[in-house]
Amino acid sequence: MSGAVSLLLGGLFGIGLVLAGMTDPAYIRGFLDVTGEWRPELAFVMASALVISALFFQLIQPNMARPLLAEGFSLPTASQIDGRLIGGAFLFGMGWAVSGYCPGPGIASLAYLEPKPFGFVAAMLVGFKLADWLAPVR
Amino acid sequence: MLQVVIGGVMIGVASALLMATNGRIAGISSIVYRAFFLRGEESWTIWFVLGLMLGPAVMLLSGWVAPPNIDIGWGSIIVGGVLVGMGTKIGSGCTSGHGVCGMGRFSVRSAVAVAVFMSAGVMTVLLMRLGGLL
Repeated sequence: MSGAVSLLLGGLFGIGLVLAGMTDPAYIRGFLDVTGEWRPELAFVMASALVISALFFQLIQPNMARPLLAEGFSLPTASQIDGRLIGGAFLFGMGWAVSGYCPGPGIASLAYLEPKPFGFVAAMLVGFKLADWLAPVR
Repeated sequence: MLQVVIGGVMIGVASALLMATNGRIAGISSIVYRAFFLRGEESWTIWFVLGLMLGPAVMLLSGWVAPPNIDIGWGSIIVGGVLVGMGTKIGSGCTSGHGVCGMGRFSVRSAVAVAVFMSAGVMTVLLMRLGGLL
């Protein structure tokens, strides 16, 4: 049951990414290119997603005893702002600008059956393992 | 613009429903990591990743959208992909986990991460422009 729901929600998320333009790397670079021909639309993608997310996490989720299909909520507990967070976010921002992809749109773009999204996802998986090797969580 | 906002709302609704049903954060970098490297332990992540591909596939097959032109060189795709993988693993999240879910939970940690990766992205594009790479 939770597998079928995950499949459907992944599908909804992926369709949202395509409609929002997130699977077009030129559009991502255009958003980050504030001194060039800036394309600010991406701000509206995050803003509209964030309004829904904030309404849910502030008003609905705190009043739910448990999730509908699971034993309990699995919420991140980390709050520290340290070198890992800053350094990791910095590397991610650089990679996002260089490739034009973040993880979700990279996976969603596999549907286009073009070689470059496959190259991006393979490189990202290598990056995950490099991080485990070079910067293991102690 | 309306289509962009509808897309954003769908991303938000999918994230909210994942927490409401499975009790999990829709952080795509973490979901992809677990789907590929913790096979079997958290099988829901494999289903979610399949959905992420199948949703857009249905849009393509139905003729709703056409694939975008990917005008990014192979070197940038590979170098950027490795950086995205390393950065999201070390920094514990990406655009979805920190940007949509974390900020929706009013997490200061996530807000800092978003400010850093946005600034790094803007700086990187600026440097690429100055270096004649764009």
